[in-house]
Amino acid sequence: MTPTTLIAVNVFRESVRDKVLYNLVAFAILLIGASYLIGQLTAGQDVKIIKDLGLAATSVFGLFIAIFIGIGLVSKEVEKRSIYSLLAKPINRRQIVVGKYAGLLLTLAVNLSVMAVALYVVLAYMGWGASARLVQVWERPAADPFLLRQFFLTFVELSIVTAIALFFSTFSTPLLSAALTFGFFVAGRFSADLRNFDQAVDSKVAAGLARTLYWILPNLASFDVRSQVVHGQPVSTGYMLLMTGYGALYISALLVVATLIFNRRDFK
Amino acid sequence: MQRPSAWRALAGAIVAAVFVGAAASLQAVREVRYPEPPPTAESLYLTSGTTVRRLSVGYSALTADLYWIRAIQYYGGTRLRMDRAAEKSPAGRRDFELLHPLLDVTTTLDPRFNIAYRFGSIFLAEPSPGGAGRPDLAIALLEKGLRERPDKWEYMQDIGFVHYWWLHDYRAAAEWFDKASKVPNAPWFLRSLAAVTLVEGGDRSSSRQMWLAIRESAEIDWLKTDAERRLQQLDVADAIDELQRYIDAARPRTGAITSWQEAIRAGIVRGVPLDPAGVPLGLDHEGRVHVGAMSPLYPLPEEPQRASARP
Repeated sequence: MTPTTLIAVNVFRESVRDKVLYNLVAFAILLIGASYLIGQLTAGQDVKIIKDLGLAATSVFGLFIAIFIGIGLVSKEVEKRSIYSLLAKPINRRQIVVGKYAGLLLTLAVNLSVMAVALYVVLAYMGWGASARLVQVWERPAADPFLLRQFFLTFVELSIVTAIALFFSTFSTPLLSAALTFGFFVAGRFSADLRNFDQAVDSKVAAGLARTLYWILPNLASFDVRSQVVHGQPVSTGYMLLMTGYGALYISALLVVATLIFNRRDFK
Repeated sequence: MQRPSAWRALAGAIVAAVFVGAAASLQAVREVRYPEPPPTAESLYLTSGTTVRRLSVGYSALTADLYWIRAIQYYGGTRLRMDRAAEKSPAGRRDFELLHPLLDVTTTLDPRFNIAYRFGSIFLAEPSPGGAGRPDLAIALLEKGLRERPDKWEYMQDIGFVHYWWLHDYRAAAEWFDKASKVPNAPWFLRSLAAVTLVEGGDRSSSRQMWLAIRESAEIDWLKTDAERRLQQLDVADAIDELQRYIDAARPRTGAITSWQEAIRAGIVRGVPLDPAGVPLGLDHEGRVHVGAMSPLYPLPEEPQRASARP
């Protein structure tokens, strides 16, 4: 195994040791509990709402993992001074940054996969118990494979958030990193407002600044196709590829800058 | 070494359970001695769907679901309260006044939330105590849905239906049915419905066809139940018309029939006729047959009139 792979596997093991996967239990309980309660409350819209809830919960749980583990990836090593023993080994700093990042992505991928399976099990059960008349008026089947497109885009979106957290983690304190990453996440979700800022203000400078931020900040809103997949609207493969490419480029940029900063850090 | 630790854990769990039990007991005492005031009137702090969308930070579909749950809880709760009070809305009181803002926010957050439009088309238009009595808002909500999905013939049919059933504007109804019939995959009956409505105005068979369509496409039980109730009302209206014909025909022979006993003696009916809900029909002192006031089908809706019957 290469040093990068070794670091990635260790990050994954550490997250398992830190009981990160416990959130999957919470997710399963949330879905099963909600599927019962929502059936009582929503007058026949339970499958749609379970889909919405499952996809949103996947994103929120993943976001927490991405931020709260991502911010500690480097800073924890520095805080615990284990960075010294790591740097003493024949590993360069770039490998540390990329390895840590890959490890957290592995954790996220496992989480999202298990959550997807849990959601499909609940949806399949609900579809199995639904009357023929109800199934007839559904826009899409309960256990709709189309949902996987959103799962994939959520993974790419969270990969960007993880890269942002890691980037801040290379030079900032965990608390500040968490705040900044969350701020980027919120700003990324509001990117359409930045784009249309000129419609809200008269100042050309402010509008220009907002437009610049729109191009610089990650456009996370574009990764949200939840409404489309739930209502059976097409999300083309071309769009998926485009968003994957956008995510990959943005992540690469963040990792390059994070590596540069980490290379220049003096741990004496 | 394991045993004392296990005992300690068990003791800790028992102590915790005792504390929780004691807290619950205090809660019960507090509820008896200091009862909480009755819930205040429903309120909606945020009525702008756009604002709620921003606050939802991208989770607008899930937020729409929450507003949808709130809308049907609000509708169900208000209706239950009114049924229990067995009262009609006093003049000037605006029942279900939050129904439109709740559905409006829901559909702004998730513009493809089909059932929210269709639910609104029925229960915003229906007069109190069954609904908000605002056909204008029902049409506005459906038109909003059409802006999102211009190919949705169901919304056009629903708009036509509101014009037909609640506003008795048959020309507008016919235009919407005609528009709906031109959408690909729209059902065949819309074309004939448009023609009949335009030429003859309202008739019972057209009403029945529309309520049947609503019942067949109902995604939720309330819509289905409401459509079934309307169909039963149309059935009982047919039955009343038929009985009335017999009673009127017998009048020259028997004189005015003002009770079912007289009608039975005259051989018009074998027993007291029941409506589809199993409640006896009424017969007033002028010999007019009507639905009993205790029947869930009471009162019968004001029926759309045929063109020939209109002034």
